[in-house]
Amino acid sequence: MAAESRWELNKELAQMLKGGVIMDVTTPEQAKIAEEAGACAVMALERIPADIRAAGGVSRMSDPKMIRGIQEAVSIPVMAKCRIGHFAEAQILEAIEIDYIDESEVLSPADDVYHIDKTQFQVPFVCGAKDLGEALRRINEGASMIRTKGEPGTGDVVQAVRHMRKMNSQIAKLVSMREDELFQAAKELMVPYDLVKFVHENGKLPVVNFAAGGVATPADASLMMQLGAEGVFVGSGIFKSGNPQKRANAIVKAVTNYTDAKLIAELSEDLGEAMVGINEQEIQLLMAERGI
Amino acid sequence: MRIAVLAVQGAFIEHEHILQRLGAECVELRKVSDLRGGFDGLILPGGESTVQGKLLRELHMFDALKEMITSGTPVMGTCAGLILLAEHLSNDTNAYFGTLPITVQRNAYGRQLGSFSASAYVQGLPEGGEEFPLEFIRAPYISGIYDDENVTPIVTIPKMPDGSEGQNVVGVRCQNQIGLAFHPELTKDNRCHKMFLDLC
Repeated sequence: MAAESRWELNKELAQMLKGGVIMDVTTPEQAKIAEEAGACAVMALERIPADIRAAGGVSRMSDPKMIRGIQEAVSIPVMAKCRIGHFAEAQILEAIEIDYIDESEVLSPADDVYHIDKTQFQVPFVCGAKDLGEALRRINEGASMIRTKGEPGTGDVVQAVRHMRKMNSQIAKLVSMREDELFQAAKELMVPYDLVKFVHENGKLPVVNFAAGGVATPADASLMMQLGAEGVFVGSGIFKSGNPQKRANAIVKAVTNYTDAKLIAELSEDLGEAMVGINEQEIQLLMAERGI
Repeated sequence: MRIAVLAVQGAFIEHEHILQRLGAECVELRKVSDLRGGFDGLILPGGESTVQGKLLRELHMFDALKEMITSGTPVMGTCAGLILLAEHLSNDTNAYFGTLPITVQRNAYGRQLGSFSASAYVQGLPEGGEEFPLEFIRAPYISGIYDDENVTPIVTIPKMPDGSEGQNVVGVRCQNQIGLAFHPELTKDNRCHKMFLDLC
Protein backbone atom coordinates (compact mmCIF):
# COMPACT_ATOMS: atom_id res chain seq x y z
CA MET A 1 0.00 0.00 0.00
CA ALA A 2 1.19 3.53 -0.74
CA ALA A 3 3.12 5.06 2.15
CA GLU A 4 0.90 8.15 2.21
CA SER A 5 -2.31 6.17 2.62
CA ARG A 6 -0.70 3.94 5.28
CA TRP A 7 0.27 7.09 7.21
CA GLU A 8 -3.32 8.33 6.97
CA LEU A 9 -4.70 5.03 8.33
CA ASN A 10 -2.14 5.09 11.14
CA LYS A 11 -2.92 8.70 12.02
CA GLU A 12 -6.61 7.75 12.08
CA LEU A 13 -6.02 4.98 14.63
CA ALA A 14 -4.57 7.65 16.92
CA GLN A 15 -7.72 9.71 16.36
CA MET A 16 -9.76 6.77 17.64
CA LEU A 17 -7.67 6.72 20.84
CA LYS A 18 -8.46 10.35 21.66
CA GLY A 19 -10.14 11.12 24.96
CA GLY A 20 -8.67 7.92 26.30
CA VAL A 21 -5.99 6.60 28.63
CA ILE A 22 -3.12 4.36 27.48
CA MET A 23 -1.70 2.34 30.37
CA ASP A 24 1.69 0.66 30.85
CA VAL A 25 1.32 -3.03 31.68
CA THR A 26 3.90 -5.74 32.30
CA THR A 27 1.74 -8.90 32.42
CA PRO A 28 -1.43 -10.25 30.77
CA GLU A 29 -3.16 -9.93 34.18
CA GLN A 30 -2.32 -6.23 34.38
CA ALA A 31 -3.47 -5.82 30.78
CA LYS A 32 -6.86 -7.33 31.68
CA ILE A 33 -7.15 -5.00 34.67
CA ALA A 34 -6.32 -2.03 32.43
CA GLU A 35 -8.85 -3.05 29.78
CA GLU A 36 -11.56 -3.57 32.37
CA ALA A 37 -10.77 -0.20 33.93
CA GLY A 38 -11.36 1.47 30.55
CA ALA A 39 -7.90 1.82 28.99
CA CYS A 40 -8.22 2.61 25.26
CA ALA A 41 -4.89 0.85 24.62
CA VAL A 42 -2.08 -0.74 26.62
CA MET A 43 1.67 -0.36 26.38
CA ALA A 44 3.32 -3.74 26.85
CA LEU A 45 6.73 -3.56 28.52
CA GLU A 46 8.85 -5.71 30.81
CA ARG A 47 9.51 -3.05 33.35
CA ILE A 48 7.63 0.14 33.95
CA PRO A 49 9.72 3.32 33.80
CA ALA A 50 10.01 3.69 37.60
CA ASP A 51 11.62 0.23 37.77
CA ILE A 52 13.83 0.89 34.76
CA ARG A 53 15.03 3.97 36.55
CA ALA A 54 15.66 2.03 39.78
CA ALA A 55 17.39 -0.88 38.04
CA GLY A 56 19.74 1.21 35.91
CA GLY A 57 21.75 -0.44 33.12
CA VAL A 58 20.72 -0.79 29.49
CA SER A 59 17.02 -1.00 28.88
CA ARG A 60 15.83 -2.70 25.66
CA MET A 61 12.74 -3.79 23.75
CA SER A 62 10.63 -6.33 25.68
CA ASP A 63 10.58 -10.07 25.03
CA PRO A 64 8.23 -10.66 22.04
CA LYS A 65 6.70 -13.62 23.86
CA MET A 66 5.68 -11.39 26.73
CA ILE A 67 4.18 -8.88 24.26
CA ARG A 68 2.29 -11.66 22.47
CA GLY A 69 0.85 -12.82 25.79
CA ILE A 70 -0.59 -9.34 26.28
CA GLN A 71 -1.89 -9.21 22.68
CA GLU A 72 -3.78 -12.42 23.37
CA ALA A 73 -5.17 -11.20 26.68
CA VAL A 74 -6.95 -8.06 25.45
CA SER A 75 -9.04 -6.84 22.50
CA ILE A 76 -7.88 -3.21 22.62
CA PRO A 77 -4.79 -1.97 20.71
CA VAL A 78 -1.42 -3.06 22.09
CA MET A 79 1.62 -0.80 21.85
CA ALA A 80 5.25 -1.61 22.62
CA LYS A 81 8.47 0.35 22.90
CA CYS A 82 11.67 0.15 20.90
CA ARG A 83 14.86 2.10 21.52
CA ILE A 84 15.42 5.41 19.73
CA GLY A 85 17.05 4.65 16.38
CA HIS A 86 16.82 0.86 16.80
CA PHE A 87 15.04 0.03 13.55
CA ALA A 88 15.74 -3.70 13.95
CA GLU A 89 13.75 -3.76 17.19
CA ALA A 90 11.00 -1.90 15.35
CA GLN A 91 11.08 -4.51 12.56
CA ILE A 92 10.58 -7.23 15.17
CA LEU A 93 7.63 -5.38 16.68
CA GLU A 94 6.13 -4.98 13.22
CA ALA A 95 6.64 -8.71 12.58
CA ILE A 96 4.51 -9.56 15.63
CA GLU A 97 1.84 -7.14 14.36
CA ILE A 98 1.99 -4.63 17.15
CA ASP A 99 -0.67 -1.91 16.80
CA TYR A 100 1.65 1.02 17.64
CA ILE A 101 5.39 1.30 18.21
CA ASP A 102 6.64 3.84 20.75
CA GLU A 103 10.15 4.91 19.73
CA SER A 104 10.87 5.79 23.30
CA GLU A 105 13.38 7.71 25.35
CA VAL A 106 12.38 5.50 28.31
CA LEU A 107 14.63 2.79 26.86
CA SER A 108 18.37 3.33 26.35
CA PRO A 109 18.90 5.05 22.99
CA ALA A 110 20.50 2.81 20.35
CA ASP A 111 21.53 5.68 18.09
CA ASP A 112 22.63 9.08 19.34
CA VAL A 113 22.21 10.79 15.97
CA TYR A 114 19.43 9.22 13.93
CA HIS A 115 15.86 8.37 14.79
CA ILE A 116 14.16 5.53 12.92
CA ASP A 117 12.99 6.28 9.38
CA LYS A 118 9.40 5.52 10.25
CA THR A 119 8.19 6.01 6.68
CA GLN A 120 9.65 2.56 5.91
CA PHE A 121 7.14 0.83 8.19
CA GLN A 122 3.52 -0.22 7.78
CA VAL A 123 2.76 -0.08 11.50
CA PRO A 124 2.31 3.29 13.20
CA PHE A 125 4.77 5.07 15.49
CA VAL A 126 4.25 7.39 18.44
CA CYS A 127 7.21 9.53 19.52
CA GLY A 128 7.92 11.83 22.44
CA ALA A 129 8.60 15.55 22.06
CA LYS A 130 9.63 18.38 24.38
CA ASP A 131 8.77 21.15 21.94
CA LEU A 132 7.26 21.87 18.55
CA GLY A 133 10.52 21.36 16.65
CA GLU A 134 10.97 17.85 18.01
CA ALA A 135 7.33 17.01 17.35
CA LEU A 136 7.49 18.14 13.72
CA ARG A 137 10.84 16.40 13.14
CA ARG A 138 9.33 13.13 14.36
CA ILE A 139 6.27 13.64 12.16
CA ASN A 140 8.55 14.32 9.19
CA GLU A 141 10.28 10.99 9.93
CA GLY A 142 6.87 9.30 9.76
CA ALA A 143 5.43 9.37 13.30
CA SER A 144 1.63 9.36 13.22
CA MET A 145 1.11 10.32 16.87
CA ILE A 146 3.02 12.54 19.31
CA ARG A 147 3.19 12.57 23.09
CA THR A 148 4.97 14.89 25.47
CA LYS A 149 8.11 13.32 26.87
CA GLY A 150 7.47 14.45 30.41
CA GLU A 151 9.79 12.69 32.79
CA PRO A 152 8.87 9.01 32.88
CA GLY A 153 8.88 6.98 36.05
CA THR A 154 8.90 9.94 38.42
CA GLY A 155 5.25 10.59 39.21
CA ASP A 156 6.20 14.26 38.78
CA VAL A 157 4.04 16.02 36.18
CA VAL A 158 6.12 19.20 35.93
CA GLN A 159 7.99 18.24 32.77
CA ALA A 160 4.90 17.06 30.90
CA VAL A 161 3.33 20.43 31.74
CA ARG A 162 6.45 22.27 30.58
CA HIS A 163 6.53 20.35 27.28
CA MET A 164 2.83 20.81 26.58
CA ARG A 165 2.95 24.54 27.36
CA LYS A 166 6.05 25.00 25.23
CA MET A 167 4.39 23.28 22.27
CA ASN A 168 1.21 25.31 22.72
CA SER A 169 3.05 28.62 22.85
CA GLN A 170 5.17 27.75 19.81
CA ILE A 171 2.03 26.76 17.89
CA ALA A 172 0.34 30.02 18.88
CA LYS A 173 3.40 31.94 17.69
CA LEU A 174 3.38 30.23 14.29
CA VAL A 175 -0.33 30.93 13.90
CA SER A 176 0.24 34.64 14.55
CA MET A 177 3.07 34.97 12.03
CA ARG A 178 2.89 36.57 8.61
CA GLU A 179 3.22 34.01 5.80
CA ASP A 180 6.58 35.45 4.70
CA GLU A 181 7.97 34.81 8.20
CA LEU A 182 7.29 31.06 8.05
CA PHE A 183 10.43 30.27 6.05
CA GLN A 184 12.65 31.63 8.80
CA ALA A 185 10.51 29.87 11.44
CA ALA A 186 11.08 26.57 9.64
CA LYS A 187 14.81 27.21 9.70
CA GLU A 188 14.81 28.02 13.42
CA LEU A 189 12.69 25.00 14.32
CA MET A 190 14.85 22.81 12.04
CA VAL A 191 11.78 21.36 10.33
CA PRO A 192 10.39 21.35 6.78
CA TYR A 193 8.45 24.39 5.60
CA ASP A 194 5.28 22.44 4.68
CA LEU A 195 4.82 21.24 8.28
CA VAL A 196 5.29 24.79 9.58
CA LYS A 197 2.71 25.98 7.06
CA PHE A 198 0.26 23.29 8.23
CA VAL A 199 0.58 24.41 11.85
CA HIS A 200 0.26 28.07 10.83
CA GLU A 201 -2.99 27.33 8.97
CA ASN A 202 -4.54 24.83 11.39
CA GLY A 203 -3.28 25.92 14.81
CA LYS A 204 -2.44 22.34 15.73
CA LEU A 205 -0.10 19.47 14.98
CA PRO A 206 -1.01 17.37 11.93
CA VAL A 207 -1.34 14.33 14.23
CA VAL A 208 -2.90 13.57 17.61
CA ASN A 209 -0.96 14.76 20.66
CA PHE A 210 -1.16 12.96 24.02
CA ALA A 211 0.37 13.82 27.40
CA ALA A 212 2.88 11.40 28.90
CA GLY A 213 5.50 11.22 31.61
CA GLY A 214 4.68 11.72 35.27
CA VAL A 215 0.86 11.56 35.21
CA ALA A 216 -0.13 9.88 38.49
CA THR A 217 -3.54 11.18 39.63
CA PRO A 218 -6.96 12.05 38.18
CA ALA A 219 -6.05 15.69 38.82
CA ASP A 220 -2.84 15.31 36.78
CA ALA A 221 -4.87 13.85 33.92
CA SER A 222 -7.37 16.71 34.12
CA LEU A 223 -4.53 19.26 34.16
CA MET A 224 -2.97 17.83 31.01
CA MET A 225 -6.32 17.64 29.20
CA GLN A 226 -7.09 21.24 30.11
CA LEU A 227 -3.69 22.21 28.74
CA GLY A 228 -4.71 20.74 25.40
CA ALA A 229 -3.65 17.07 25.50
CA GLU A 230 -5.98 14.87 23.45
CA GLY A 231 -5.54 11.91 25.82
CA VAL A 232 -2.98 10.62 28.33
CA PHE A 233 -0.45 7.88 28.78
CA VAL A 234 -0.10 6.64 32.35
CA GLY A 235 3.04 4.65 32.89
CA SER A 236 4.24 3.86 36.35
CA GLY A 237 1.39 5.84 37.94
CA ILE A 238 -1.13 3.01 37.99
CA PHE A 239 0.62 -0.24 38.79
CA LYS A 240 3.03 1.48 41.20
CA SER A 241 0.14 2.74 43.31
CA GLY A 242 -1.76 1.24 46.22
CA ASN A 243 -4.96 0.32 44.37
CA PRO A 244 -4.24 0.08 40.62
CA GLN A 245 -7.78 -0.87 39.58
CA LYS A 246 -9.46 2.00 41.36
CA ARG A 247 -6.86 4.52 40.27
CA ALA A 248 -7.08 3.37 36.64
CA ASN A 249 -10.87 3.68 36.70
CA ALA A 250 -10.67 7.15 38.21
CA ILE A 251 -8.12 8.43 35.70
CA VAL A 252 -10.24 7.16 32.78
CA LYS A 253 -13.29 9.04 34.03
CA ALA A 254 -11.25 12.14 34.81
CA VAL A 255 -10.04 12.26 31.20
CA THR A 256 -13.62 12.07 29.86
CA ASN A 257 -14.92 14.73 32.23
CA TYR A 258 -11.73 16.72 32.64
CA THR A 259 -13.44 20.03 33.34
CA ASP A 260 -15.85 18.65 35.94
CA ALA A 261 -13.98 19.42 39.17
CA LYS A 262 -16.81 18.14 41.34
CA LEU A 263 -16.71 14.71 39.70
CA ILE A 264 -12.90 14.63 39.83
CA ALA A 265 -13.09 15.45 43.54
CA GLU A 266 -15.24 12.36 44.04
CA LEU A 267 -12.95 10.28 41.84
CA SER A 268 -9.93 11.37 43.85
CA GLU A 269 -11.32 10.06 47.14
CA ASP A 270 -9.80 6.99 48.78
CA LEU A 271 -7.54 6.07 45.91
CA GLY A 272 -4.95 4.71 48.30
CA GLU A 273 -1.33 5.61 48.04
CA ALA A 274 -0.16 7.29 44.83
CA MET A 275 3.19 6.24 43.48
CA VAL A 276 5.85 7.66 45.75
CA GLY A 277 7.47 9.73 43.05
CA ILE A 278 10.75 11.53 42.80
CA ASN A 279 11.25 15.21 42.14
CA GLU A 280 12.93 16.34 39.00
CA GLN A 281 15.83 17.75 41.08
CA GLU A 282 16.43 14.42 42.78
CA ILE A 283 16.96 12.30 39.71
CA GLN A 284 20.27 11.52 38.06
CA LEU A 285 18.95 10.61 34.64
CA LEU A 286 16.77 12.92 32.55
CA MET A 287 15.18 10.58 30.03
CA ALA A 288 13.57 13.54 28.27
CA GLU A 289 17.04 14.68 27.15
CA ARG A 290 17.36 11.57 24.99
CA GLY A 291 16.74 12.20 21.27
CA ILE A 292 16.17 15.72 19.95
CA MET B 1 -31.51 20.70 14.58
CA ARG B 2 -29.95 19.57 17.88
CA ILE B 3 -27.76 16.50 17.66
CA ALA B 4 -26.37 14.64 20.69
CA VAL B 5 -22.84 13.32 20.14
CA LEU B 6 -21.56 10.68 22.55
CA ALA B 7 -18.27 12.18 23.77
CA VAL B 8 -16.99 9.80 26.44
CA GLN B 9 -14.03 8.69 24.30
CA GLY B 10 -12.98 8.54 20.66
CA ALA B 11 -13.27 10.60 17.48
CA PHE B 12 -16.36 12.66 18.31
CA ILE B 13 -15.00 16.10 17.33
CA GLU B 14 -14.70 14.93 13.72
CA HIS B 15 -18.44 14.19 13.63
CA GLU B 16 -19.24 17.54 15.22
CA HIS B 17 -17.22 19.45 12.62
CA ILE B 18 -19.14 17.85 9.75
CA LEU B 19 -22.54 18.24 11.42
CA GLN B 20 -21.86 21.88 12.29
CA ARG B 21 -20.86 22.63 8.70
CA LEU B 22 -24.21 21.14 7.69
CA GLY B 23 -25.96 23.56 10.05
CA ALA B 24 -26.71 21.28 13.01
CA GLU B 25 -26.11 22.20 16.64
CA CYS B 26 -24.07 19.57 18.53
CA VAL B 27 -24.26 18.72 22.23
CA GLU B 28 -21.47 16.57 23.68
CA LEU B 29 -22.64 13.81 26.01
CA ARG B 30 -20.05 13.24 28.73
CA LYS B 31 -22.25 12.79 31.79
CA VAL B 32 -25.88 12.34 32.72
CA SER B 33 -26.62 16.05 33.13
CA ASP B 34 -25.72 16.57 29.45
CA LEU B 35 -28.86 14.61 28.54
CA ARG B 36 -31.15 17.50 29.49
CA GLY B 37 -33.23 18.93 26.69
CA GLY B 38 -34.49 17.11 23.63
CA PHE B 39 -32.38 15.85 20.78
CA ASP B 40 -33.28 15.35 17.14
CA GLY B 41 -30.60 12.70 16.63
CA LEU B 42 -27.74 10.80 18.24
CA ILE B 43 -24.22 10.06 17.00
CA LEU B 44 -22.19 7.15 18.38
CA PRO B 45 -18.64 7.82 17.17
CA GLY B 46 -15.58 5.66 16.56
CA GLY B 47 -13.23 4.89 19.41
CA GLU B 48 -12.82 1.87 21.65
CA SER B 49 -16.17 0.16 22.22
CA THR B 50 -15.01 -1.41 25.51
CA VAL B 51 -14.24 2.05 26.91
CA GLN B 52 -17.38 3.71 25.57
CA GLY B 53 -19.64 0.87 26.73
CA LYS B 54 -18.19 0.93 30.21
CA LEU B 55 -18.36 4.72 30.57
CA LEU B 56 -21.94 4.82 29.22
CA ARG B 57 -23.00 2.62 32.09
CA GLU B 58 -20.79 4.06 34.82
CA LEU B 59 -21.65 7.65 33.94
CA HIS B 60 -25.33 6.64 34.04
CA MET B 61 -26.27 7.50 30.46
CA PHE B 62 -26.93 3.98 29.19
CA ASP B 63 -30.64 3.57 29.96
CA ALA B 64 -31.66 7.02 28.78
CA LEU B 65 -29.83 6.64 25.47
CA LYS B 66 -31.21 3.16 24.90
CA GLU B 67 -34.69 4.55 25.52
CA MET B 68 -33.99 7.35 23.02
CA ILE B 69 -33.01 4.83 20.34
CA THR B 70 -35.89 2.41 20.94
CA SER B 71 -38.39 5.24 20.95
CA GLY B 72 -37.31 6.21 17.44
CA THR B 73 -34.69 8.97 17.71
CA PRO B 74 -32.45 8.71 14.63
CA VAL B 75 -29.02 7.35 15.48
CA MET B 76 -25.86 6.85 13.43
CA GLY B 77 -23.10 4.63 14.84
CA THR B 78 -19.69 4.42 13.19
CA CYS B 79 -17.21 1.62 13.95
CA ALA B 80 -17.30 1.42 17.77
CA GLY B 81 -20.76 3.00 17.50
CA LEU B 82 -21.88 0.09 15.29
CA ILE B 83 -20.62 -2.31 17.98
CA LEU B 84 -22.63 -0.44 20.63
CA LEU B 85 -25.80 -0.81 18.55
CA ALA B 86 -25.40 -4.51 17.66
CA GLU B 87 -27.59 -7.12 19.32
CA HIS B 88 -24.77 -9.69 19.28
CA LEU B 89 -21.00 -9.63 19.08
CA SER B 90 -19.53 -12.81 17.66
CA ASN B 91 -16.19 -12.61 19.45
CA ASP B 92 -17.03 -10.75 22.64
CA THR B 93 -19.34 -11.66 25.51
CA ASN B 94 -20.33 -8.02 25.96
CA ALA B 95 -23.28 -6.44 24.22
CA TYR B 96 -24.40 -2.86 24.66
CA PHE B 97 -27.59 -1.19 23.39
CA GLY B 98 -28.48 -4.25 21.33
CA THR B 99 -31.08 -2.31 19.36
CA LEU B 100 -29.85 -3.34 15.90
CA PRO B 101 -30.76 -6.99 15.07
CA ILE B 102 -27.37 -7.93 13.64
CA THR B 103 -24.22 -9.78 14.67
CA VAL B 104 -20.99 -7.83 14.53
CA GLN B 105 -17.48 -9.19 14.70
CA ARG B 106 -15.00 -6.89 16.43
CA ASN B 107 -11.54 -6.28 14.95
CA ALA B 108 -12.69 -8.41 12.02
CA TYR B 109 -9.69 -7.57 9.83
CA GLY B 110 -7.17 -8.11 12.62
CA ARG B 111 -4.75 -5.62 14.13
CA GLN B 112 -3.69 -2.22 12.77
CA LEU B 113 -1.74 -3.86 9.91
CA GLY B 114 -5.14 -5.05 8.64
CA SER B 115 -6.60 -1.52 8.49
CA PHE B 116 -7.38 -0.39 4.94
CA SER B 117 -9.19 2.09 2.68
CA ALA B 118 -11.73 1.26 0.00
CA SER B 119 -14.65 2.88 -1.74
CA ALA B 120 -18.14 1.67 -2.59
CA TYR B 121 -21.66 2.83 -3.34
CA VAL B 122 -23.76 3.58 -0.27
CA GLN B 123 -27.46 3.01 -0.81
CA GLY B 124 -29.70 5.91 0.14
CA LEU B 125 -27.17 8.73 0.02
CA PRO B 126 -28.48 12.12 -1.07
CA GLU B 127 -26.74 13.21 -4.27
CA GLY B 128 -26.10 9.43 -4.64
CA GLY B 129 -24.00 8.84 -7.72
CA GLU B 130 -20.39 8.58 -6.73
CA GLU B 131 -18.68 5.96 -4.58
CA PHE B 132 -18.11 6.88 -0.94
CA PRO B 133 -14.58 6.73 0.56
CA LEU B 134 -14.44 4.05 3.27
CA GLU B 135 -11.79 4.02 6.01
CA PHE B 136 -11.55 0.82 8.04
CA ILE B 137 -9.50 1.18 11.24
CA ARG B 138 -9.22 -2.08 13.20
CA ALA B 139 -12.76 -2.29 11.92
CA PRO B 140 -15.66 -4.56 12.74
CA TYR B 141 -17.90 -6.09 10.10
CA ILE B 142 -21.48 -7.28 10.03
CA SER B 143 -21.46 -11.07 10.02
CA GLY B 144 -25.17 -11.71 10.42
CA ILE B 145 -28.55 -10.04 10.00
CA TYR B 146 -31.57 -11.41 11.91
CA ASP B 147 -34.41 -9.28 10.72
CA ASP B 148 -34.27 -9.25 6.92
CA GLU B 149 -37.52 -7.35 6.72
CA ASN B 150 -36.29 -4.29 8.60
CA VAL B 151 -32.53 -4.40 8.23
CA THR B 152 -31.23 -3.29 4.83
CA PRO B 153 -27.58 -3.70 3.91
CA ILE B 154 -26.60 -0.32 2.43
CA VAL B 155 -22.88 -0.86 1.78
CA THR B 156 -20.95 -3.96 0.82
CA ILE B 157 -17.33 -4.42 -0.16
CA PRO B 158 -15.86 -7.38 -2.05
CA LYS B 159 -13.16 -8.13 0.54
CA MET B 160 -13.91 -10.62 3.31
CA PRO B 161 -11.99 -10.52 6.59
CA ASP B 162 -10.12 -13.70 5.67
CA GLY B 163 -9.00 -12.14 2.39
CA SER B 164 -11.34 -14.22 0.21
CA GLU B 165 -13.81 -12.66 -2.20
CA GLY B 166 -17.43 -12.29 -1.23
CA GLN B 167 -20.03 -9.69 -0.41
CA ASN B 168 -19.07 -8.30 2.94
CA VAL B 169 -21.71 -6.08 4.60
CA VAL B 170 -20.16 -2.99 6.22
CA GLY B 171 -23.20 -0.76 6.61
CA VAL B 172 -26.88 -1.28 7.43
CA ARG B 173 -30.01 0.74 7.93
CA CYS B 174 -32.85 -0.38 10.21
CA GLN B 175 -35.65 2.16 10.55
CA ASN B 176 -34.17 4.99 12.67
CA GLN B 177 -30.74 3.34 12.98
CA ILE B 178 -27.73 3.59 10.66
CA GLY B 179 -24.78 1.36 11.53
CA LEU B 180 -21.48 1.73 9.64
CA ALA B 181 -18.25 -0.24 10.11
CA PHE B 182 -16.25 2.59 8.50
CA HIS B 183 -15.62 6.24 9.35
CA PRO B 184 -17.43 8.86 7.25
CA GLU B 185 -16.28 11.43 9.84
CA LEU B 186 -12.67 10.97 8.70
CA THR B 187 -13.41 11.92 5.09
CA LYS B 188 -14.29 15.14 3.32
CA ASP B 189 -17.46 13.54 1.95
CA ASN B 190 -20.43 14.65 4.08
CA ARG B 191 -23.16 12.62 2.33
CA CYS B 192 -23.54 10.00 5.10
CA HIS B 193 -24.09 12.81 7.61
CA LYS B 194 -26.59 14.45 5.25
CA MET B 195 -28.44 11.13 5.00
CA PHE B 196 -28.51 10.98 8.82
CA LEU B 197 -29.70 14.58 9.20
CA ASP B 198 -32.46 13.89 6.67
CA LEU B 199 -33.86 11.36 9.16
CA CYS B 200 -33.74 13.86 12.04
